Amino acid sequence: MNNFEFFVLPFCVGVLLLLGFSIYKYVRWIKEFNKLQQKVILKNILSWKFLPAIWEAIRESLLHWHITKHNKLLGYMHRSLAFGWFLLIVVGAIQADKGFPDGHPFWVAIFYNFFVTEDNLEVFPKAVFYANLMDALLIYVLSGLFLAMFKKVWSRPLGMKRTTKHHPIDRITKLALWCIFPLRLLSEGVTSSIYHNGGFMIEALGNVLMAAGMDDSIFEYSCWTTYSLSLGVFFALMPFTRYMHIFTEPFLIYFRQLGVREATEQKTGYTMFELNACARCGLCIDACPINKELGITTIQGVYMLQNIRNHDLTKKGDAMAENCLMCDRCVVECPVGIDLNAIRQQVRIKNKAQIDTSGNYDYLKSVHPFNAIGRVAYFGGCMSHLTPAIPQAMKQIFDAVGQRYWYMDEEASICCGKPLLQQGFNQQATELRRKNTEMIINSKANLLVTSCPICYQSFRKYYKLPIPVMHHTEYIAQLLNSGRLRLQQSDLKVTYHDPCELGRGCGIYDEPRQLLQASAHLLPTKSEREQSLCCGFNLGNTVTTLEQQTLIRDAALNNLLEPQPDLIATACPMCKKAFTRAQPFPVKDIAEIVAAQIKS
Amino acid sequence: MKVAIIGAGPAGIEAASLLAQQGVNVTLFEQEASPLKNLTDKAFLFPDFAEAEQLVLALTQKLRNPMIQVETSTPIVDLQEDSRQWILTTQQGKRHIFDRVLVATGYTPFDAHRKEELGYGIYKGIHTSLEMEQMLKTKHIVNTVGDIPRRITFLQCVGSRDEKTGNHYCSKICCVTAVKQAIEAKKLLPQTEVSVFYMDLRMWGQGFEEMYRHAQEEYHIQFVRGRISEASSTFDGRVQIKAEDTLMGLPLKMTTDLLILMVGMEASQGTRTLAKACGQCGDYGFFKTVDPQLGDNLTSLPHLYAAGTCKRPMSINDTLNDARSAAWRLMED
Repeated sequence: MNNFEFFVLPFCVGVLLLLGFSIYKYVRWIKEFNKLQQKVILKNILSWKFLPAIWEAIRESLLHWHITKHNKLLGYMHRSLAFGWFLLIVVGAIQADKGFPDGHPFWVAIFYNFFVTEDNLEVFPKAVFYANLMDALLIYVLSGLFLAMFKKVWSRPLGMKRTTKHHPIDRITKLALWCIFPLRLLSEGVTSSIYHNGGFMIEALGNVLMAAGMDDSIFEYSCWTTYSLSLGVFFALMPFTRYMHIFTEPFLIYFRQLGVREATEQKTGYTMFELNACARCGLCIDACPINKELGITTIQGVYMLQNIRNHDLTKKGDAMAENCLMCDRCVVECPVGIDLNAIRQQVRIKNKAQIDTSGNYDYLKSVHPFNAIGRVAYFGGCMSHLTPAIPQAMKQIFDAVGQRYWYMDEEASICCGKPLLQQGFNQQATELRRKNTEMIINSKANLLVTSCPICYQSFRKYYKLPIPVMHHTEYIAQLLNSGRLRLQQSDLKVTYHDPCELGRGCGIYDEPRQLLQASAHLLPTKSEREQSLCCGFNLGNTVTTLEQQTLIRDAALNNLLEPQPDLIATACPMCKKAFTRAQPFPVKDIAEIVAAQIKS
Repeated sequence: MKVAIIGAGPAGIEAASLLAQQGVNVTLFEQEASPLKNLTDKAFLFPDFAEAEQLVLALTQKLRNPMIQVETSTPIVDLQEDSRQWILTTQQGKRHIFDRVLVATGYTPFDAHRKEELGYGIYKGIHTSLEMEQMLKTKHIVNTVGDIPRRITFLQCVGSRDEKTGNHYCSKICCVTAVKQAIEAKKLLPQTEVSVFYMDLRMWGQGFEEMYRHAQEEYHIQFVRGRISEASSTFDGRVQIKAEDTLMGLPLKMTTDLLILMVGMEASQGTRTLAKACGQCGDYGFFKTVDPQLGDNLTSLPHLYAAGTCKRPMSINDTLNDARSAAWRLMED
């Protein structure tokens, strides 16, 4: 049997280019991992962690579970294209192996129907089954392709209000991709019209084409050539477009399972994997409050990553990184799990590198540690100074359970450093972290409790403290569960606002709810837990105007007011301030609600 | 001609009395059980330190006119125009028809709880200017342990000129009220140190600037330019404040026995409801008028007028003048 034709060349060249560029890029990025990331990889590379990585890759890269949860139809579209094409390749390879028991070049699997023109019944025992299976798979992929085209016209049924605006090169590549499967269908159909070697669908199409008088071998050859060309163009352009995510995502999943995390300070090779794993699906756009409430659709994660990847972080790109609440809403939505905010923070750090703040932190020398052996260190946070009812309530709770405490930032308050870091002042934040760490270690306190979720996340993620850190909701819940604190349920109906930093940031959703159920009547709201709406006055964004912040706040407020509560509860001084600014509606921190319901 | 006036405050009463003198039948609706609620909170009036009670008496006297019918405890919740007539709906669901309507629903003092960092309602020794007015009225000013206060500190612009509360506007009367209260306090307690924290002191009215000068020269009241950022409690029950002296350019921490928050004026709930009901919402929930020159009592709807602090913060003197002009416009049309 003949197994070479000139038309396979575009495909082969495409594959070689794809392999060459991909390997070159991957090797370069892996080399660019920072010391810590390399250490983590070396430490875990021989562990069993590849198993969950494989499972996650199957689940997300092929089956697209996360997207399916967002919208079933959208999930089907992605799954049929990814998993369908994957199966086409796998089944095609098996088919080729059986059809050519003596071995064959790799392209034969792709152009199988052209090279094997005998009747299926004669090729190998189960050839008919394989031909039918391949047809079914092609239908599966084509159905996804149809949905993708439909989505371009009307994306609402697929759960998307807005879709991503792509670069020209991405559009060309998409065109090539969209041509591949219809061309394959046509090519196989034409071959079948001459040789009758297709499965159930191809055979039928062949008959139609024959009836139309298109059973012409020159036409057949040109069809296969265009098919090969579209494959070649797609593969050759893939490393330079968003389609690089196809291969990159499994790598990213593997590294993440090994324990690698985004670096705080600057872009590393791992960042490159994250940037290239972004499929630009655009799910981050719809979820973003800056889009939902303000209609700004140019600053979302997808565009920021695209900008960094295309090296055109011009002034526009820099500004783009600044206009974000860092509310993590997009991070929850991202099907690839890209750490969008860590990358944004890296850009901000780069933006702020030139700002001189020397001398600003000289006052740290005058703050002295306190001996707090056997006490709980309580860190109210700067924002709690503006909401004194919260630390007051905490004092009441500490006293009620007879817990001695040290309110470490009552007088000389030092910031936890997170707002600075979030704005890109990493060095300055490090200075504050160093001082706070020194204070906490020297105090010999055995537990750190904080009232502000911003500080809480800061202590948990960016400090290396030798003692446990708890948000006050966790701490009070522990007191309640251990029986040290007893509460009386009031008749108040409350709705709870999940603060971004506590919920999405640290995964604390249950403790606040437990406390509210014990001290009041908790009403559910439409957008809660991971879907909670940002209060808009987050410290993450310093470029939105007050009016814009107010719009975002009002959306969150309406969600909380809808079930008609007597009181809004939250667990963050920042959110509390945001809501009390709005209107004279009572807003309280959980600590205040609990403190009022203590059973003596 | 049947005229309804909504709100029996200084504006509502003054306008009603003027109209009644001209032989117009007026119905005055008041949501509270008695008229002049905001005014009865006051002890003395600036700039002449006249007793507020005298004004209350004088205004109440004006209500004793057979042409004026007062409906107390009757909040108006809706206001609709129908074929050149106005239909007023009370909270009880009763509907009244009038030819002309004057809205004088007034203001409400800013709720100091909303500036939580100033500790109102959380720590002892922190009061609003209204509570201070009561203390001055009863001549009973004590610190948290019942002694004569050694120091009283006033803070201006609480809930006015404040981006954080969303109120960008100046409430106009707090500056001079603080000066007035500071002088009164000093008169009662000559040994007490009195200071006022301000952003700008706006002494816009007749005699105001002179009062401010007296406060400094005769009563030795200290004026510090700067805002107080937070207040807390000391172990002995005094109030600790953190502020910035912006003339010295220095941060400042001091303790005081009493901290008085000069709360601003906001559109009252009645003003907000009615402005919304008839589509006359201006900035910050206040009533909107046609223009600030000749149409300041007119709204964009026929035979609907507005007077007093339902339009913007105003002093009592200005409110009374505005009510007279509104009554005149109402009769003219």
